[in-house]
Amino acid sequence: MPTLWLVVSLLVLSAAGFVFGRQRAMSSAEGNAKELHSLPSYYGHNVAFTTLLPALGALAIWLLVQPMFIESRISQLIPEELAPDRQTLGLVMSDVGRVAEGLDVAIAKGALSADEAKSLRTELTDVRARLGEVGVALGADVRPEVLEAAQQYRVMSKTGNVLMAVFVAVLALGGFSWSYMQTHKDFRARNVVEKGILSLLILAASLAILTTIGIVLSMFFETINFFKLHNAADFFFGRTWAPNFRGDSELSILPLLWGTLYVSVIALLVAVPVGLFAAVYLSEYANNTVRAFAKPLLEILAGIPTIVYGLFALLTVGPLLVGTFGKGGFLGVEWMAGATSVLTAGVVMGIMLIPFVSSLSDDIINAVPQAMRDGSLGLGATRSETIRQVVLPAALPGIVGAILLAASRAIGETMIVVMGAGAIAKFSGNPLDSMTTITTRIVSQLTGDTDFASPETLVAFALGLSLFVLTLGLNVLALYIVRKYREQYE
Amino acid sequence: MNDMQFTDRAVDQKETKIAAHGVNVHYGEAHAIKDVNVEIEDKTVTAFIGPSGCGKSTFLRCLNRMNDTIDICNVTGNILLDGEDIYDKRVDPVQLRAKVGMVFQKPNPFPKTIYDNVAYGPRIHGLAKNKADMDEIVEKALRRGAIWDEVKDRLDKPGTGLSGGQQQRLCIARAVATEPEVLLMDEPCSALDPIATAQVEELIDELRTQYSVVIVTHSMQQAARVSQKTAFFHLGTLVEFGHTGQIFTNPEDPRTESYITGRIG
Amino acid sequence: MSDTSKTSLLALTPRTKQRNAAEKRFRAYGIAAIAVGLMMLMVLVTNIFSRGTGAFQQTFMTVNVELLESKLDKKGNRDLDDIKKVTTFGYNPLIRDAVVAKVEELGIQTDLKAKDLGGILSRNAVGQLREFVIANPDRIGETIEFRFLAQSRVDGYLKGRVHRASIGNDKSISPEQLDLVDQLVDAGVIVKTFNIDFITGADASDQRPEAAGIGVAMLGSLSMMFVVLGLALPIGVAASIYLEEFAPKNRLTDIIEVNISNLAAVPSIVFGILGLAVFINYLHLPTSAPLVGGLVLTLMTLPTIIISTRAALKAVPPSIRDAALGVGASKMQAVFHHVLPLAAPGILTGTIIGLAQALGETAPLLLIGMVGFIASNAPETLADGLLAPNSAMPAQIYEWAKRADPAFYERAWGGIIILLVFLVSMNTLAVILRRRFERRW
Repeated sequence: MPTLWLVVSLLVLSAAGFVFGRQRAMSSAEGNAKELHSLPSYYGHNVAFTTLLPALGALAIWLLVQPMFIESRISQLIPEELAPDRQTLGLVMSDVGRVAEGLDVAIAKGALSADEAKSLRTELTDVRARLGEVGVALGADVRPEVLEAAQQYRVMSKTGNVLMAVFVAVLALGGFSWSYMQTHKDFRARNVVEKGILSLLILAASLAILTTIGIVLSMFFETINFFKLHNAADFFFGRTWAPNFRGDSELSILPLLWGTLYVSVIALLVAVPVGLFAAVYLSEYANNTVRAFAKPLLEILAGIPTIVYGLFALLTVGPLLVGTFGKGGFLGVEWMAGATSVLTAGVVMGIMLIPFVSSLSDDIINAVPQAMRDGSLGLGATRSETIRQVVLPAALPGIVGAILLAASRAIGETMIVVMGAGAIAKFSGNPLDSMTTITTRIVSQLTGDTDFASPETLVAFALGLSLFVLTLGLNVLALYIVRKYREQYE
Repeated sequence: MNDMQFTDRAVDQKETKIAAHGVNVHYGEAHAIKDVNVEIEDKTVTAFIGPSGCGKSTFLRCLNRMNDTIDICNVTGNILLDGEDIYDKRVDPVQLRAKVGMVFQKPNPFPKTIYDNVAYGPRIHGLAKNKADMDEIVEKALRRGAIWDEVKDRLDKPGTGLSGGQQQRLCIARAVATEPEVLLMDEPCSALDPIATAQVEELIDELRTQYSVVIVTHSMQQAARVSQKTAFFHLGTLVEFGHTGQIFTNPEDPRTESYITGRIG
Repeated sequence: MSDTSKTSLLALTPRTKQRNAAEKRFRAYGIAAIAVGLMMLMVLVTNIFSRGTGAFQQTFMTVNVELLESKLDKKGNRDLDDIKKVTTFGYNPLIRDAVVAKVEELGIQTDLKAKDLGGILSRNAVGQLREFVIANPDRIGETIEFRFLAQSRVDGYLKGRVHRASIGNDKSISPEQLDLVDQLVDAGVIVKTFNIDFITGADASDQRPEAAGIGVAMLGSLSMMFVVLGLALPIGVAASIYLEEFAPKNRLTDIIEVNISNLAAVPSIVFGILGLAVFINYLHLPTSAPLVGGLVLTLMTLPTIIISTRAALKAVPPSIRDAALGVGASKMQAVFHHVLPLAAPGILTGTIIGLAQALGETAPLLLIGMVGFIASNAPETLADGLLAPNSAMPAQIYEWAKRADPAFYERAWGGIIILLVFLVSMNTLAVILRRRFERRW
């Protein structure tokens, strides 16, 4: 919370800056606003921004860098024999974090005084029990090195926070006084303020790039860690997905990829014919009334959250399929064991993708020039002949692009497969079998009790990165095809 | 007017191919064609001229029911092709359009090969018995379209790769491939350069020997050069219809004269 | 001339008939496709409503509880600390006795033991009673009328979910208890009525589906939406203004543009991984906190907002900018004083649609721990609302769908109805805004 107070005081100071800056400008012009180079409020804004922005920026960077810095310093405190490799070091470091947090809680609750926390010794006190009293559960007894590191950690964080507050305050006050001194009727306040705003705009625009970098880096480093612990060949070329806690997990992406692609193919088998025919009908046959009515209704399907489709798969479509193909079912066969299956997830995902395919195809079909249709109709072709033999071939590249976009959607979809596809990783051709997908495994490996030093958890990042690369590739390809297609008719 | 030349053509009476009586066209509220009567002869080039928006293209599109594709368009009156009402309920526009072909303002070859462009019509109408038959039809059509020599070596290349004038002649070849009796041309040269225009005009004159050709043009010189009969449209009405030579040299209606001398248009 | 010239136009050739039949078939495929799409929508909607409306009703039983001093306050000094020492366990007999008394009062003959009689009430009843006593210690000793939740099997029986035939192995309910329930319903003691607690209440443990509500998760969603609105709108608008109005056409801006359109298509789960790795593992923000959820959803919504804002800015004609520049405004003034206000309705519409998307998003929330957590208390302060662990509506629905007891499914569907009500209102608002302020230049 001290950070919050720091931000609040920065805001207050900056508001004061606005008032004082404006006043000073006005008094330098002897109360006559016409004498000023810029409007009076620009002088206020100048002071306010110069006070606030550098300080806020410094604060943000400090908050980002400090944990990294402290972490690396603390990890040097851990003796080698306690953490021979990176994996155990990670475990020890998370212990340190937990103990430090526990000490904080204990002080906050008054179970320990600040001095007691500093002087705590494992030889004298059962730290685990003391922390347990205040509700901080530790997995094992605290080792002296860990406790020392945790205490050191607290000290460093505290010093860091104080230093940060001082630094930010100095920066803010410096900015305040510097810009306040600068304020004079001939000072070009507007130009300065506008430059400041422009740099803020640029900052906002580059956030998109930062996000992408963040996505790639956050997965990249953990993926490298994963490959240090687990054989890359097994990940890419193995045949089995079988995580366990004995340390000999088989973690291959291939069975998951198979499940993912199988579900996606079924989804596309549902969505593409229906979506494409719907688009053809809406753009080539339907009159305005039908279009105005059917198009928005179909698009509702695209606005429904995926959790709804997931529930629909789990509780409606799945049981329905079991009631047909399952034991004691409608067909009297016993092909399906449980409600989750490739078919369940695929069909429901197909429904979700119908409007996606149809509205993309609709746009693309409409981009085919009317002259093509006229040429064909003028030769005595029927409408369907025109559509099948002229319009659709002409629109084919665009439609392929649309289908690729839909495929990328299907591959990255999570909730429907989490709830509808099942959890068994295998290569099977039977659509009524329960199978699992990349996204499903990412969710299951990263939820619940996770240990970020074990390959079973880290594999999720490798899976995420593979998923990202796969969908990104499809998207880039699809957007390229669609853009080429559009240029052709422009 | 001096640079206009009238080819001395036989203007003897030929049999009527299309007869339109009391044709009215409405686009929603707008009255686009007002009570037009006209008789179009076989083996003749008939030109429709008039200022833009006068309804000449609209009327042309009535002749093969291309207006059917526009929802709000409503055609009344009757148009007879060889004595049969083409707006009769029993008439299928698809069959009609096989008899009354159309060439459009902008060359619109399909994004297919040159061969497939020409073979498209015969294929949908089932005119060829086998591949050899189709090859023959395509060659004949391309020869009639006066483009065979230019494309015979690249029949499998896309039609969109040709020049504008070649594309338009390809479209004409495509239209004649279905063996129509009437050929409608909606400003076929407006998107072409002068040389390509001259080639197409020459082609139109040749086509006259086998088809009844109706051409919409906003170029009076072109009408004078290629047509035997000319119809002048103004504000949706047919003002004057007669032999081309007579319309251009001795118009009866003052509006026709104003247009020809360049006062309206 | 070929054969066609000989045929009359008035007679259809066999080939034309064939072709027209093909035309009709093709048309029918189109109609069928649309019908399939619309039917799916209908099935989905009817399914949601037929299975979800039950969640808005709940079965209650009215009994008179005697707050025995001997059980609740043995020392009789009304000391709150002493009263608090009585756990919910100590309240069980009171409730059991109350049900027994009610049954006797109505003169219903039953062979059931007192324990089974008490069993038709929810386990939630003891908690409810204890809370009341702690809030009103002075009323110990009185007999007070309470309306308690019936247990979920009784509720299911009244809603048609539980039948005598289906409870063979069910330890929670017996046919005799159902007989009793029938009689109590006839006596008007057990009633099924509208249940506001589902909308306002908190989630309950998986033993008490009848007490679970979505209210707290709704607050969680609300907090996240505030974060998204507060961050994504200004950042998105600023980025769009730069890209649309100021950015020079160069490689860097090209990269940014391609980047944004690709970000819009990145699977949402990937944003969840980003959130987990950066906000939780690196920045040590609290797990399950709506603040983190909001940050992740902000990053996810940004591309949508940027794309629609840019479209809105593009729709403002250049003549407006020229006019402002012409009277001596700086470029910045022209944009902020003229272009931005004119584009505001479009920006707002895009933002609402982006928020609606974020509101329904589930996958990234799974990874930052907003699932598997029982949101049992409403946050008390603003900071709590952002930082204390909470769930969110779609995450809560997923949580219910995962539980074993089918009574929770009804709640999941009911939760979806509430979620959809929000989404429909947001989208309607967007449509109204667009209609109302749409300007054609």
